[in-house]
Amino acid sequence: MRPFSYQRASDPDMAVQALGVAAAANNPLTKAAAQPLAGGTTLIDLMKLDVMRPTAIVDINPLAPAWSAIAPGGDGLRLGALAKMSDVAAHAEIQRSYPVIADSLKLAASAQLRNMATLGGNVMQRTRCNYFRDVSYENCNKRNPGSGCAAMDGVNRMHAVLGTSDQCIATYPGDFAQALIALDAMVEITGKAGTRSMPFAQLHRAPGSTPDIETALQPGELISAFSISGRWPRSVYLKARDRQSYEFALSSAAIALDVQDGAIRDARVALGGVATVPWRAREAEALLKGQRFDEALAQRVADAAFADARGRRHNSFKIALGKRIVARALQQAVTMEI
Amino acid sequence: MPDKPGSRSSGFDRRAFLAGAAGGALIPLTARAASEDARAPAAQDPALPVEVTLNVNGKDKRLSIDARTTVLDALREHLKLTGSKKGCDHGQCGACTVLIDDRRVLSCLTLALAAEGQEITTIEGLATDDRLHPMQQAFIDNDAFQCGYCTPGQIMSAIACVKEGHAGSEADIREHMSGNICRCAAYPNIVAAVKQAAPEIMKG
Repeated sequence: MRPFSYQRASDPDMAVQALGVAAAANNPLTKAAAQPLAGGTTLIDLMKLDVMRPTAIVDINPLAPAWSAIAPGGDGLRLGALAKMSDVAAHAEIQRSYPVIADSLKLAASAQLRNMATLGGNVMQRTRCNYFRDVSYENCNKRNPGSGCAAMDGVNRMHAVLGTSDQCIATYPGDFAQALIALDAMVEITGKAGTRSMPFAQLHRAPGSTPDIETALQPGELISAFSISGRWPRSVYLKARDRQSYEFALSSAAIALDVQDGAIRDARVALGGVATVPWRAREAEALLKGQRFDEALAQRVADAAFADARGRRHNSFKIALGKRIVARALQQAVTMEI
Repeated sequence: MPDKPGSRSSGFDRRAFLAGAAGGALIPLTARAASEDARAPAAQDPALPVEVTLNVNGKDKRLSIDARTTVLDALREHLKLTGSKKGCDHGQCGACTVLIDDRRVLSCLTLALAAEGQEITTIEGLATDDRLHPMQQAFIDNDAFQCGYCTPGQIMSAIACVKEGHAGSEADIREHMSGNICRCAAYPNIVAAVKQAAPEIMKG
């Protein structure tokens, strides 16, 4: 690991100042000289791998008392960015009113990692693409813009089939982000000029021609909270993986439904493990609205969700698998007792 | 497992030899630790060691370390508490699991500086006098290891698994112990050990 200076942020102003001061304006956030340390489960790992090379670490854990709220209320939910994955997953009201959130967190990582990792860090985690994580591969457009993509014709079984470009096919690896994007979450961002909010769906950037720019966050900005309107008790997170526990998704679906008298009034479908960014399948949702559920509808919805999917040599199986995950998750959401 | 006094066949062991050989490199770090700059709350000079106080198994330990030092390396290399093991050093295997403020975490991905002011409990802190912790005893009773390398992490994780309320069934134990890999595949016996120790640990 390369040397770095370490400092603790005593308050949000100091944190954004310390993060902003070392940041060159033309750096993407992922290459900024100063990086925030929360749970550290991505950052310290990638620093050991020499993928991330910050020269300054700003420990934002002292902000936890103000930024760790788990606050379900009458009209929605607010989650502080420094709340731990394990605490949110175990919260009774989250399990009752937002099962898709509780399950997306419970099915991710291991108990130890969930005790460490924060919600803000979770959505900012980097891809698990082996060519990105292994610096002995020169050609990675995410690490070295313009160098090419070793995964394109390499071992790409774990890679994305949606949202890809000819520059990058790295999968967004997280689970919780699919729950957030499905529930139309807002993300609160704290920076030098105070706080701003934007739809969570606008946080992540598809790779396009700039895979090194992963989010809309600027150096010197921090995620401080997430918020969600309404309650979503009829919601599920279904995840398929190579082993039963402690593994990233091959394919996953976050589904939230509002069903009244047998008719689907509102439907949310988000996909994980198959796309370059947290993925909302709006064309699939449109097919569900106003309909009564049956297996034929589930199949049409699943087909629509993957209509634009493009497989490569080793990952085409994800299209068939992903459709089945969507259909099964819909079935579970429709039949669950709430 | 605590070493039994007099159990070594000679007065010379690998661990003591390695520690002695590394001693030359440790001295300059200690000598420079008095620098006031290193203690300043602002960003420190990465070339200088930093002073940190870690609370390990109930005792405060003052260390002068490189800012890059993880809790795992602080325990093993600076405090000579070699019970916590370095398996993958990337948060994937669970061998380095310790409790920080009573929560199980991975010491290989935790910076020692970030753990200042928190209570670290390692495998060495479990036994009281001559009495093993119920989970340690349960691992012996159930033959829950072969090579033993993952065992300290398994035991620390298992104690937390029980206290979190995730030892209600074998499936529950397997799911919530999935962050601890055992390449000898002693899993059935580990599950049996957790089941055995759970009632006694919950009783307090």
